[in-house]
Amino acid sequence: MSDDKQQGVPMVNVQIDGEWHQFPKGTRMIEACRQVQVEVPHYCYHPKLSSPGNCRMCLVEMGMPPRLAPGEEPVKDKDGHQKIGWMPRPVIACANAVAENMGIRTDSELTKACREGVMEFLLVNHPLDCPICDQAGECSLQEYSAEHGKGDSRFRDEKNKKPKNVEIGPRIRLDDERCIMCSRCIRFCAETVDDPVLGFTDRGSHTVLAVHPNQQLANDYSMNTVDICPVGALTSNDFRFQMRTWFMKETSSICTSCGRGCNTTIGSREGTVFRQTPRDNNEVNSAWMCDHGRMNYHYLNSEARLTDPMIRKNGEEAHQVVPWSKAIRFAADELLKFNASEVAVIASGRMTNEELFMTRRLIAELSVEHVDIVLRRGKADDYLVAADKNPNTAGAKLVLGLKKPGGELAAIQKGIESGEIKALVVLQENLIDDTDFTTELLGKLDFLLTTYPLANPTADDSHVVLPGAAFAEKDGTMINVTGRLQRLNKAHQGPGQTMEVWEICRDLILAIDGGNGIYGVDDVFKEMAGQIKAFAGLTLSKVGDQGLPLLKTKLTVPMLEREKERIAKGEIVG
Amino acid sequence: MAIVVKRPKLTFGEKIYLSSIAKGMMITIGHFWRALFGKGTVTMQYPEEKWDENLPEYYRGAPALVTDEQDRERCVACQLCEFICPPRAITITPEEIPSDDQWAKVEKRPQKFEIDMARCIYCGFCQEVCPEQAIFLRKDYAITGVSRDEMVHDKKKLYEIGGVREGLVNKWNKLK
Repeated sequence: MSDDKQQGVPMVNVQIDGEWHQFPKGTRMIEACRQVQVEVPHYCYHPKLSSPGNCRMCLVEMGMPPRLAPGEEPVKDKDGHQKIGWMPRPVIACANAVAENMGIRTDSELTKACREGVMEFLLVNHPLDCPICDQAGECSLQEYSAEHGKGDSRFRDEKNKKPKNVEIGPRIRLDDERCIMCSRCIRFCAETVDDPVLGFTDRGSHTVLAVHPNQQLANDYSMNTVDICPVGALTSNDFRFQMRTWFMKETSSICTSCGRGCNTTIGSREGTVFRQTPRDNNEVNSAWMCDHGRMNYHYLNSEARLTDPMIRKNGEEAHQVVPWSKAIRFAADELLKFNASEVAVIASGRMTNEELFMTRRLIAELSVEHVDIVLRRGKADDYLVAADKNPNTAGAKLVLGLKKPGGELAAIQKGIESGEIKALVVLQENLIDDTDFTTELLGKLDFLLTTYPLANPTADDSHVVLPGAAFAEKDGTMINVTGRLQRLNKAHQGPGQTMEVWEICRDLILAIDGGNGIYGVDDVFKEMAGQIKAFAGLTLSKVGDQGLPLLKTKLTVPMLEREKERIAKGEIVG
Repeated sequence: MAIVVKRPKLTFGEKIYLSSIAKGMMITIGHFWRALFGKGTVTMQYPEEKWDENLPEYYRGAPALVTDEQDRERCVACQLCEFICPPRAITITPEEIPSDDQWAKVEKRPQKFEIDMARCIYCGFCQEVCPEQAIFLRKDYAITGVSRDEMVHDKKKLYEIGGVREGLVNKWNKLK
């Protein structure tokens, strides 16, 4: 719980492993322990879900002061604490709240014996699948069995056989033998995304997790069950057998598939992205993200990636691969041939603020008047997905100073049609596929420059094609639909000669007028903070992993609103 | 800090070193005698004669993949050997076993398994770490090639070297 929520809540004294601490009344024992860096192992407990207390892994020894006889005064020691009477039986730490003068022992003989016992029961039927299990390396069962387990099994009988490798949805694979019945996935589907399709059937050690008859786990948030599954029972078809977890480098970034900007962790190895998983941020996406956004990274590893700058001189048929220096020189020389009124720039709401700012400088350099971005509107859902499919429309509006994003496109089309606009610079957009620009229209231009991560029809028509980095390959910031400034971090350098758009713009400006004093992305942000009021006083590092509220909007996140209600009711910890 | 090495004090006999020469000559003549009338030559005529017969049990040669009695590849592409390999000689691309395969229940196998023998240092960590008893260091020692590519052993080559190993753990047969 954050400090602001503790206002007016009385504090209670709790002894954890012999040390006295103070917590707000109502704090769960497990959270109290976590706050003072005492780990209580757990499977079924998840702060964003209800606490059924069915895994029994978080059992701890608990004690309270002895009940007083009528008229008896409590005996306190010199620090004001009463003597704790330890209870003979352990309690679960996840569903019980702390109380005044409570004692918790997480390292006592009883607690250790409980953990060892629970681990032994869980491992009785658990298969030794670790070599082929995708969860290996980030599996709670592996971790706790190393920490709290016995090392070998006393179970000499045959293990239970249960369904393995079951497709319970288009993106999810279920292995029932690995399931430890924590019910996190069941609760997530029922409570958080209102799609109660999972449940337990059969009894005792034959209990299996299953989807209800004629149902599928197919909602757009289904892959979150894979993340919260503490073992490898639920695995993602997308990530299945792609890469072992310990090989992947984890980079904190954000999802760029819609304006929500869900916080993510990008798992990549040697220049290949293997997965995206949600990262906790209570102001943006809680602990979840949609399946669409999560899987929208495959194009990064595509064969169709542009890897080298290419130019096509007038009269030539095919593009020619050239070094960056030559491509930039050629582009700058071509652009300088036109009057300011003959040039238009179409940037993208998928670019970072830094890229947009360097675009702004390029626009100023060329005194371009026609500037716009391509809008992408889609459907919002009642959870996280935003209607704006551009991740940084707010940034484009702010940095480029657009009054009405998307409003200038028609004028640019008209200008090309009438011949008033002769040169067009398209940054990170594919006009032919994503807008109503046509090959015929673009054919009327004397000069067309595009940057894009992938080969595309607009690039085919261009005179200069530059490989622009995609989201996992760049540093920078974006502003989401609720006005929060968030950071993207570079997981790895893009393929081949790929460059980030701010670098491309920097080099273009350099080629046009010979100097700009920009070296790194921090310099861009610094300059942006100096010129745009909203960014004043900020630096890239101040934005941090959790982002900062930058612009005021009245928008709320439906999923977060519901979670806030549930926190207020005490159903979840949050 | 300098260390002072104490030189041993030599006796008169040692100082004139004739006795040492005589000792050395005795050894040489002894070998000469045994070569003439004893066991014969002690050198091996490589490459006409190979080491293969004379390698000790614990010799660590080329790492190779093995199949089990039913010709199933033991490797399940867990990539632990790739992880442990100090010179990063091993590269594995895993894949899912198709559902119509006889061993579909094993679920996972290597699509590609490459060991760069130009990198391999024959440490044997891969064999030690393998949870499936699928990779072993065999006695092959003469790994040659005229290009770097030839020095990379692919899956086919690895199974060729490895062959069948019987009587090891058989968890996919016994229990499932």
